[in-house]
Amino acid sequence: MASVSLKKVVKYYDETLAVRGIDLEISDKEFMVLVGPSGCGKTTTLRMIAGLEEISDGEVYIGDHVVNDVPPKDRNIAMVFQNYALYPHMSVYENMSFGLKLKRVDKAEIDRRVQEAAKILDITTLLERKPKQLSGGQRQRVAMGRAIVRDPAVFLFDEPLSNLDAKLRVQMRTEIKKVHQKVRTTTVYVTHDQVEAMTLADRVVVMNHGVIEQVGTPQTLYHHPRTKFVAGFIGSPAMNFIAVQIVEQGSGLALDLGEGQRLLLPDEQAQRYRQYRDSSQLLLGIRPEHLTDSQSAGLPQTQQMLVTPEVCEPMGMETLVYFSLGGQSVCAKVNPDVAVQAGVPIALSAKLSNMHLIDDQNGLVL
Amino acid sequence: MNTVSTSLPVLSYGSMSRDRKRALWWSYFFLVVFAIFFLTPPIYMLVTSMKTSAEISAATSPWIVQSPTFKNYIGLLTDPVFLGFFRNSALVSLIVVMITMVVSVLAAFSLARMKFWGSATLATGVFLTYLVPETLLFIPLFKMFAWVKETVGIELINQWWVLILLYPTLTVPFCTWIMIGYFSSIPKELDEAALIDGASWFQTLVRIFIPVAIPGIIAATIFAFTVSWAQFLYPLAFTTSAEQLVLPVGIISTLIKGDVFNWGQIMAGALLGAAPPLIIYAFLMDYYIAGLTAGATKG
Repeated sequence: MASVSLKKVVKYYDETLAVRGIDLEISDKEFMVLVGPSGCGKTTTLRMIAGLEEISDGEVYIGDHVVNDVPPKDRNIAMVFQNYALYPHMSVYENMSFGLKLKRVDKAEIDRRVQEAAKILDITTLLERKPKQLSGGQRQRVAMGRAIVRDPAVFLFDEPLSNLDAKLRVQMRTEIKKVHQKVRTTTVYVTHDQVEAMTLADRVVVMNHGVIEQVGTPQTLYHHPRTKFVAGFIGSPAMNFIAVQIVEQGSGLALDLGEGQRLLLPDEQAQRYRQYRDSSQLLLGIRPEHLTDSQSAGLPQTQQMLVTPEVCEPMGMETLVYFSLGGQSVCAKVNPDVAVQAGVPIALSAKLSNMHLIDDQNGLVL
Repeated sequence: MNTVSTSLPVLSYGSMSRDRKRALWWSYFFLVVFAIFFLTPPIYMLVTSMKTSAEISAATSPWIVQSPTFKNYIGLLTDPVFLGFFRNSALVSLIVVMITMVVSVLAAFSLARMKFWGSATLATGVFLTYLVPETLLFIPLFKMFAWVKETVGIELINQWWVLILLYPTLTVPFCTWIMIGYFSSIPKELDEAALIDGASWFQTLVRIFIPVAIPGIIAATIFAFTVSWAQFLYPLAFTTSAEQLVLPVGIISTLIKGDVFNWGQIMAGALLGAAPPLIIYAFLMDYYIAGLTAGATKG
């Protein structure tokens, strides 16, 4: 059993509270990603699971055992570091076998495990090289090999792809996923990149200022964020937040975005949000992919608005259009074949069936 | 047709710019001055060491040997007293280097890596003790030795092995400081990877830190050896009879009888005494530079 549980785990650094009491259950064989901005406490949490940081309060379980006072080498974990942490004076083979040699594992067994891990990671030809003779991606694979060889209950990854260039990052992401499918070990993965989180995870934990904002599958976090922070963190480009008021329009309800822009709410949304008709400090949360040019959208005219783009970014697959509304910059994803130009008004449609209404006072999604 | 002739400076070295040429010229100039300053005494010593006493007294040109002889060298190398100096120097230096390296590596590792209360103050304090000049230290040391003789009865004066106790006071502070610097530059992730792999503190030191910090260890070893070998004041103060002397003191005390200076032999002795550090330097420098350029510290 290689589940990981955190019960009310707290971490103090002198006077500063880095992790404020988090509860988390990670199932056996699950790929769990901790994601959040710098300083949110995700790396601290990972290091507490590893045993590299003292746990100020609360309990960490690996399997059924409390491991608070267990040294890292006895926790049956393996860690992959951001800058690989390969022993520079040892060959790849020696790097991978170091831990096993310390445990006095039989030589033949060491060789078998190293060769097996090398095959999984496709580094069999590199075994005699020293780390300085390897590229970044190869080094990262050796670091993973060193972890696999230990045959641990839990893999811990600390932002392993941050040091790689963008193209290599995408490649290694797929490699990591493939390895997880082959090796099927519980994995806790820390990153600040929400794309990595979405693509790799079985479940994602979004952290902010030492607390867990939301835990869920990537799809859940994308479609049903519970707080403004999660809504704005997941998805790239980020979700747009526009101050709105809910007003009566004809027989239904509409969103008043200011500057004369009004969007009629579809029936489902009208019913759900009717109770907020007189509320103030509401935000409309709508993703750029749900704000598109009216030609391709095929939505009723009541959900259209005419805007003047300020900046257009052609991405090939789509064109990002930035315009101002109420002093804020709003992003829309437009079909790449549609002619857009800064300064030339264009009609955009909002797919309000995918909208979120947010209470700006407490940051909760309504 | 008018061809516009742009006046480019005529350079004699390939495509070097004028600035670079001027910089190089000055560099070479100062290097030559430096070389003259530093090489003149040894060359003078070498020339003099090859002269007979007669020729030296005749005060001929200091740069040319008219009838070269190896008599001075042979005389010294067959003299058991001189060989005794060599033996004492070698023993003292080697043992002191070993003690120094063991103490400084262990001390530096704990000061650089194990965060305990007072470790930062201790590290600075270690370095500051190096700043106390040895010319001041030997007086209280003398008194300490006298006290030891009174209380315990052990005679510490005029024993060559006492130097083994004394030299580390000079070498350990600086070597520890060098090693602290080197160990601090090793990324903390290596410690953590070793910790997760299951290495104890000692295993981390021996199997990870020492191999990675080899250039630093070589630098410290060279320093410790050179300091020990060339020590003059302490042996002069603490050893008196001929069989207890080390090389620097031995040369001047036995080869200068009253006011008769056996210059030829003195010069030969001095050069023979300077040879071991030079040889060790030459031997270890290759490893030192190889260690540095191989990028031993970046994982």
